[in-house]
Amino acid sequence: MKKYWYDYLWIVSALYLILGFFNILFAWLGLICFFVPLLISIIKGNKSYCNKYCGRGQLFDILGNKLKMSRKKNIPDFLKRKWFRYGFLTFFLIMFCNMLFATYLVFNGTNNLSEIVKLLWTFKLPWNFAYHEGSVEPWVAQFAFGFYSVMLTSTILGIITMILYKPRSWCVYCPMGTMTQGICKLKNKY
Amino acid sequence: MVTGVKKKAIINKNECVACGACMKKCPKSAITIPNGICALVDINKCVGCGICAKTCPASVIIIGEI
Repeated sequence: MKKYWYDYLWIVSALYLILGFFNILFAWLGLICFFVPLLISIIKGNKSYCNKYCGRGQLFDILGNKLKMSRKKNIPDFLKRKWFRYGFLTFFLIMFCNMLFATYLVFNGTNNLSEIVKLLWTFKLPWNFAYHEGSVEPWVAQFAFGFYSVMLTSTILGIITMILYKPRSWCVYCPMGTMTQGICKLKNKY
Repeated sequence: MVTGVKKKAIINKNECVACGACMKKCPKSAITIPNGICALVDINKCVGCGICAKTCPASVIIIGEI
């Protein structure tokens, strides 16, 4: 099958996760995969980000199919139900706002910068090895730690479902995928 | 004359998440995702190979008679 330049975006996704171990500030780049799919769905009214460019989907496909890490079983029914997908999207957005608020509290001086990465919204991992104190404003670093936590957490969830079910199982409940599909439905209805 | 029944990919439109995993794997480029809502099979191009059904992470594609 013909390969396009965007078929190699999985390298960018993998690099993003690796860079976060060396300098947490690279986490800011993750905003690209937040805004690009949204803008594509709002402006063009399609899901070409998911369909073509998503490096994470490609990465799961490689891990599951090429490296045979996936059991390739059917995903449980509840994971593809609308209530779960939109519920997970809502939860994700609430946790995202929570992260923005934590950034604000550091910005206005209420809290100190906490150099941790929180996995699955619960487990706190010390991450000070990836940050040189004083290199940027504390709130800039706080956002980076928070955003990297979101990205790493969702990658872990994606890897777990990639192993248990089909390689791209994450796509079924990916909050960005749900949101962009919702936008496309609204946009093409009127 | 007996003609073989041709099987095609059939997508459950209500449960499709429009991720495009099927579209990427289709050897005949028979699948598109118009308007980002759900996958659409061009039955003239589909040969019923079943690769899309195997790939679909939500398992919402079946191969059957139309």
